[in-house]
Amino acid sequence: MTDALLAGELPLPPHPDYLRDGSTVWSWLATTDHKRIAILYAVTITVFFFLGGAAITAVRLELFEPNGWLLTSDTYNKLFSFHGIIMVWFFLVPSIPNTFGNFLLPLMIGAPDVAFPRLNLFSWYLTIAAGAFTVYALVAGGVDTGWTFYTPYSSMFSNTHVFAAAAGVFVVGFASIATGVNFIATTHMLRAPGMTWFRLPLFVWAVYATSLIMVLATPVLAISLLLVIAERVLGLPIFDPARGGDPILFQHLFWFYSHPAVYIMVLPAMGVVSEIIPCFARRRIFGYDFMVYAMLAIAGIGFFVWGHHMFVSGQSALASLVFSFLSFIIAVPSAIKVFNWTASLYRGQISFESPMLYALGFVGLFTTGGLSGLFLASIPVDIHVTDTYFVVAHFHYIMVGGSVSAFFAGLHFWWPKVTGKLYPESWAKFAAILMYAGFNMTFLPQFFAGYLGMPRRYHTYPAEFQIYNVMSSAGAAVLAVAYLLPLGYLGWSLFYGGKAAKNPWGATGLEWTATSPPPPKNFDRQPRVDRGPYDYHAQGMSAGTDPPEMQSARDTR
Amino acid sequence: MNSPFRLPEASTHAVTVDHIFYLLLLLSGATAVLVFGLILLFAVRYRRGSSAKRGPMPEILSREFEIGWTVATLLTFAFLFWWASSADLGSLAAPPSALEIHVVAKQWMWKTQHPSGAREINALHVPLDRPVHLLMSSQDVIHSFFVPAFRVKKDVVPGRDTDIWFQASKSGTFPLLCAEYCGTNHSMMRGKIVVMRQDDYAGWLVQQPEGDDLAHEGAKLFVSQGCSGCHAASSNVHAPRLAGLYGRAVQLADGRTVSADEAYIRDSILQPKRDVVAGYEPVMPSFKGLLDDGEIQSLTAYIRSLSKEQPDD
Repeated sequence: MTDALLAGELPLPPHPDYLRDGSTVWSWLATTDHKRIAILYAVTITVFFFLGGAAITAVRLELFEPNGWLLTSDTYNKLFSFHGIIMVWFFLVPSIPNTFGNFLLPLMIGAPDVAFPRLNLFSWYLTIAAGAFTVYALVAGGVDTGWTFYTPYSSMFSNTHVFAAAAGVFVVGFASIATGVNFIATTHMLRAPGMTWFRLPLFVWAVYATSLIMVLATPVLAISLLLVIAERVLGLPIFDPARGGDPILFQHLFWFYSHPAVYIMVLPAMGVVSEIIPCFARRRIFGYDFMVYAMLAIAGIGFFVWGHHMFVSGQSALASLVFSFLSFIIAVPSAIKVFNWTASLYRGQISFESPMLYALGFVGLFTTGGLSGLFLASIPVDIHVTDTYFVVAHFHYIMVGGSVSAFFAGLHFWWPKVTGKLYPESWAKFAAILMYAGFNMTFLPQFFAGYLGMPRRYHTYPAEFQIYNVMSSAGAAVLAVAYLLPLGYLGWSLFYGGKAAKNPWGATGLEWTATSPPPPKNFDRQPRVDRGPYDYHAQGMSAGTDPPEMQSARDTR
Repeated sequence: MNSPFRLPEASTHAVTVDHIFYLLLLLSGATAVLVFGLILLFAVRYRRGSSAKRGPMPEILSREFEIGWTVATLLTFAFLFWWASSADLGSLAAPPSALEIHVVAKQWMWKTQHPSGAREINALHVPLDRPVHLLMSSQDVIHSFFVPAFRVKKDVVPGRDTDIWFQASKSGTFPLLCAEYCGTNHSMMRGKIVVMRQDDYAGWLVQQPEGDDLAHEGAKLFVSQGCSGCHAASSNVHAPRLAGLYGRAVQLADGRTVSADEAYIRDSILQPKRDVVAGYEPVMPSFKGLLDDGEIQSLTAYIRSLSKEQPDD
């Protein structure tokens, strides 16, 4: 008898799981299995995450001293630019959608794969090609425009490898668009019988809303970068004021993409957390339909707030007013989500395994980041703190505190499903707590430095800000350890971890009815769905007292 | 070194901004306490296996509850928007009595020029309790004029004039910073704002080396660059007269009407073919590359000074 039989599991299906279905390099590089492509993405973005992390480690080291001690200004400028470009386009944008989205979307809706499996693989190759451009830009000497590529600096003044970097971002944009199209088609066409729109897990809704933004906004990024390249390489007068161009035009185009891109980065994180909190609280999510409408509202209104990045650019007062108003409005659906996650804990049976710790960390950091966003929506306060460390702290709370915490939450939650292995839980809990602490140590001081007037992208700075920079750099060291730890114990679990059962957390959701790891086509029989997600207890009741084993048995009936 | 823990409120505007800032701090602090408090309370009370009451959910936790907090959030945000925006609108336009100072930004320095013609680099002396209106332009990339102690900031953009105003309310020296990334030495593009009592400022101004004021400088350029060859009243060339032009509506050859402001005058010097005045041939050459931003500011100031005289035709 095998271990699985001893543990009371059903016997494994006769065919191998997706990880063992072919072991040659070619079987990975030519795969069209959404799960294997998810793994390809996971490896890719992990490499980029640590590349971007290495760049910012040098930056934080340099900022220990007000007048620099390690780097030249040019090197410093190239390092923070590289950090931003890599982290935004090669880690955050693809992070949750292209790994968990790819892996889970078909599993969650009961489909054998995504709608266009070959397009899916193609978009990974695009990502790799784009990454090659960007890494080339670094190796060849770097790019110093910041991730924002503001004109006319990027198009006329910078003597660095703007073309290669912009080309990299241009190409990775098409990977985004391809993935978005694929996910939209998958959600529309491949839902299992009975999987109605309002039975979709919130993670699917999140990925769907994200895909809409990717498809609608990313072309504008491509346009703006193409125009930069046209002016820089072909000398076409587009942003050059001396030849009738307008440098501010670039900012409008860029932020028309880049503000919605913030929601590309944070909506999937909201989806992850909306799966985890109900599971560990044994509660239905509070206000499911409000959660769905809130995400769609964020995706929609997100297209009309870009001007709040430009309150000091000289745009008209009327434009600033409209953008300020809409920026306050978009905070409403975000607030609804925070309240609903909190309310979902009420009368739960809450346990605190590592995914839950990361998820609660997300709620805390996202709330802090979201509240600091109100300051930036208020025109007079924004004018004072924009382009300072206050803004740096704000968007790191949302995109790193929020999205990266949620990424780690999802990683720990679905790790047993993805790899079939269990990781050492106490290490994972320790890393989760360390990450929360390290994050706040790094970025909380930056709110103070920013309010007191420390501009961002400063290689050297007035001495009065040193105390905040030292605190921030010390916190970054803690944070770096917290990011490296999972690499160690998760890697360890691949070889020595215990075997994971189908549904180790007793979660609802179709992905938990497949084996761990799932077979190549996900389900042996076509799943049929007859209930909503998060069916942890009867309607109108609160958390049940069933032990997880019983819950698990009920789910896999 | 300035205090690392306190930022002076050195302008009238700073007080307004800080009021909004503190209200936001209070509101978001209260919200954070509420959310974090509830999460902690639920986490302890409803930890797995605790004896806290579960069972059927109370009636009050219904759809109305959710609509309630949505509306409450919406109204709070609408109030915040109204309050912050009215403060913004109130401080939009500089008072007409303001002292007008020209600022030119370039990689990587600030050049300032007082109405008397006195010039400074990386420094600006201003009188206390008197509105100061800065007219700013950039010679290369986008910079941003940032004085934390005044809570003011404005991008300085090539190809267009931006402006900003403040009224200093405390004497002293305050940092001036560039807040928009502008290349290698962005972080060295710093200066100081020195706020002096009005009589001290007058005294300081007298001690500065003689410099022509902008309009006089512009008048010299007007002749030396050959503008007067066509635009002077005595010229034979059919070119528009410039006296009384500033601020007037101008009829263009293509039917549009534009207001002759700083941007229009600047464009007309650099791209004369763009907005041709009705009734004139597009014969003027472009002065792009021949004049720097400071010279264009001087010419504009000269043309402005002509508006005080009556048109001569």
